[in-house]
This record gives sequence, C-alpha cells and structure tokens, in this order.
Amino acid sequence: MAGPDASAVADAPTLSEADAALVEDLLAGSHRALARVITKIENRTPGYRAIVSALHEHTGGADVVGITGSPGAGKSTLVDKLAAAYRERGDTVGVIAVDPSSPYTGGAVLGDRIRMGSNVGDMDVFFRSMSARGQLGGLSTATADAVKALDAFGKDLVVLETVGAGQNEVDVVRTADTVAVLVQPGSGDDVQTLKAGILEIGDVFVVNKADMDGAQRTVAELEEMVHRREGGTTGRDAGHHGATSTAPTGAGGSSSDHGDGDRAGGSGHSGSDPHAGDSDGSWTPDVLETVANTGEGVAALIETFDAHAAYLRESGRIAATERRRYAEEIRTLVRADVGSLATAEIERHGGIDRLAERVRDRETDPYAVAEAIVGPIADCVDEAADGDAGD
Amino acid sequence: MSAEQQERAVRCLVAKVGLDGHDRGAHVIARAFRDAGFEVVYSGLHRAPEDIVQAAVQEDVDVLGISILSGAHNTLVPKVIEGLEEYDAFDDTLVLVGGIIPDEDEDDLKELGVAEVFGPGTPMEETIEFIRNNVPERA
Repeated sequence: MAGPDASAVADAPTLSEADAALVEDLLAGSHRALARVITKIENRTPGYRAIVSALHEHTGGADVVGITGSPGAGKSTLVDKLAAAYRERGDTVGVIAVDPSSPYTGGAVLGDRIRMGSNVGDMDVFFRSMSARGQLGGLSTATADAVKALDAFGKDLVVLETVGAGQNEVDVVRTADTVAVLVQPGSGDDVQTLKAGILEIGDVFVVNKADMDGAQRTVAELEEMVHRREGGTTGRDAGHHGATSTAPTGAGGSSSDHGDGDRAGGSGHSGSDPHAGDSDGSWTPDVLETVANTGEGVAALIETFDAHAAYLRESGRIAATERRRYAEEIRTLVRADVGSLATAEIERHGGIDRLAERVRDRETDPYAVAEAIVGPIADCVDEAADGDAGD
Repeated sequence: MSAEQQERAVRCLVAKVGLDGHDRGAHVIARAFRDAGFEVVYSGLHRAPEDIVQAAVQEDVDVLGISILSGAHNTLVPKVIEGLEEYDAFDDTLVLVGGIIPDEDEDDLKELGVAEVFGPGTPMEETIEFIRNNVPERA
C-alpha cells in the first residue's frame, strides 16, 4: 500500500463538470471566469490543477514581461504606463502584481492597484493583485499558473510585477520571458546589493525617476556592472552559450547628455540591430532611463522589450528559455508533491513533534527517522519501476 | 488532491467612490482588515462606479466595502451593484457600505442588496466579525 495519495499524483488530473464549464467560459472571454480561475489557483482549491492542465494547450501566445525592483522604485507606476502604451497600439494586457503578506496574520494590503490610474475602466487591462501567502516555494508556481490563465484568455502581453527582495520573488520573475530590473537614482550601494541574484536575471535595466539627481551616475554604474557581468561568468544563460562573451562591445556606453531633450530612454544603442555586436550573439542588457510619472522613456522601454522578444525568437533561445522554465516548474511540482507524501508519512508516524521529542530523548536520531519515513516511499517507487520494466 | 494545503484568504476591496477626498477612514479600515488576516485591495480616491466594478471583478473579492462620505450613496451604490450584476459577480460578493448614511437611506440600500451599513463609531471588531460570519461560500 502506498501513501494515502500516491495515486493522485500519477495521472493527468481530471476536470470536474463545473470546472470544465469555467475553463470554457474563460476561453470564451469571460472576465469573471478568468478572475475565478486565478482565485482557485491562489487558494489551491481542489481541482485547480486540472484547470491549469486544461489551459496549458491554449497558452504560448503571450509575451511575458517581468518587472522587479526595490520598494519605491516606481514599479507600479511604470507598469501602469506600460499597460497604457500597449493598449494604445492595440494589445490586450494582463498584469499580476505580487505584494508581500504579513508572516504573522497572513493579511496584506495590496496597494499596486492604486497606481493603475491610466487604465481604470479599461477591461482589456486585466489587473490582478496577488499576495505572497507565505507559500514555501509555491508562490512562483501560483504566479506562473496565473500567467497561464491570462495567456490562455488571449492576452497579448502579460506583465508580472514583484518586489525584488529575496529568492521567492526572484523565482517569480524568472518565469517571465523578459525581465526588467528597476533601479532608482542615487541607489549607490543599493546597486551593489543588486549583484546578489537580481543582477543576473535582468535582461533590461531601467533607471526610473531619471529626472532626479544622480540618475546619470546610476546609469553609469549599472552599465559598468552589465559589462563586468559580460566579462565574468554569465548568469542564467550560461548553460546555453557559455561564458565566452568578452569586453565591452557596441552595447552600453551612455550617450545621454544633459540637456538633451531625448534624454530619457536614450542611453546606449539606437541602431537597428543593437545586440548583434557580441561575438556569440548573446543578449547584452540595455540600461534605459524612464520617468514613469510622465511616461518619458516608456516607448523606448517597450521597444527594448520587443527587441528582446524578437531576439529570443530569432536566435532560437526561446526554446531553451521555455525548457528551462518548464523544467523548473516540473521540479517544483514534483518536490511539492513528494513533500506532501512525506508530510503525510510523518503524520502517520505520530507527527513531527513526537518524532522530535524521541530524538531529544536519544531514543532515535534524525537520520534513522528520515530513513524510516522515506524508506517505504522509496520501496513503493522501486516496486512501481520494476512493474513498468516488466510490462 | 492530496495533502496540498488549501490557502483560502478573505479578499476585500476597500473602495472610495465619487467626489469625496476623505480616505483616512478607508486607510484605517484597510489596516484593520489586514491585521485581521484579510487580503485588502485599496482602490484609491475618486473612483467612478465602473472602476470599482472593474476592480471587484478582476480581483475576485469576497467583500466589497464602499466608503462614502459625500452623501451621494443613493446614486453611486446602485451603479456599483448594477455593474456587479452585469458581470455576474453580485451574488457572491458581500457588499458593505461605510460612511455617513441617514437611517432612511440605510433601508433602501439594504433593499438594493447591500448586506450591512456601518456608520461612524462602529467598532472595528464588529465589522470584521460581520465579514467573518457572512463571507459568501464559494465553490
């Protein structure tokens, strides 16, 4: 006898009748159904997995842009302006904004919506706030699933907005095709702290509030760091094309002059093929300037997002990016499910507190307990594998 | 399926509607709801009824708390409720109104489908308790 839920993990989940109708409504364009599906994903309502499974074949049409940055950098305001600009050119937009929740009460004030002033009343901008409900590693799964719902609904563009603080958020934003890291001027040492984890994931760096003092210096610092990254071991794409790109290429080199009316968004490349200068054709992150309040630089930012999307497609890297993303999703799901099995086993052995007390009393030790719990699960897996081999 | 934990949280939209720039009360309520463990979306000031409807539908909130201090509740609240009905969202949204509402209007609002009206001085616990007891069950 396997664990209580072993069979539930095995096959593709089946849709209940009500959920099938919900999926149908979503695909037919019902806002209510879309909102309800995202709620089910967030709540992990029984059956949500079957819904996401059913949606999967309808996804792949949307460009997904992730926006991250420290609190106060202007993410929400920029997202608002981006959404408005995308709408202007006829694209439909979905936004998922993630806010932290209190670890004590679980409560949260989700304030990003307040900044969406340019898009109120426009139902073709679907804005959804999500809280990081202390889900251990599950947040990125929930947001990725919510993005799938928006994608399947038919949104041309999905923007994923999150505070760039910690691994959870980094995992979230990594589920996007294109990642923009937002920095505010005068961050000084803040820019240094970006190095740990955030810098590696940026495809575009944006110095927002570029009309403030110190913007030029922040741009210069970022550009220097981007090039150092080029020269050193590269970040997430290292597996695909090595760390061979060297030295500054055509990319970077802030060309922004003070007093130049075209200042915002004007740093760096303006050629038609800005990123082809690299020896191995890899992407060199742009450093752009925006003033989200006024919308300055937003058009240039969208151009860069489009350029990155085109680069992913034309270079064939989109396949590698997607494989990496789905691999991560599969791993997370499998880990979570195996974790659930293990949790159930721990309960069956009398609960974690009792086990800990027995270890404290020197009756047993942590390794022996782990063996006693995982051993039977491993045996079941072996048995099933043998059965498969015999077929 | 399985032992995966459901993580249900009560979602609320705290909404300011119409030409009414007083949102201290809305802020206090939002914080109290947060501390009660709810997820609170705040609309910001000066929203039109259709903006509130858009937010309530997209955020799929369980509770819509409308704060009105301007006296325009008899015009604004019906519009919000009509909008919710249009999106098929009225039946499972708990609609509350807070602010300065004359007694004779309170009955009319409840007639329309407002679950409760909370006037000045209502203890926070009372509102929170009311929400806990009346949050719509959802499939």
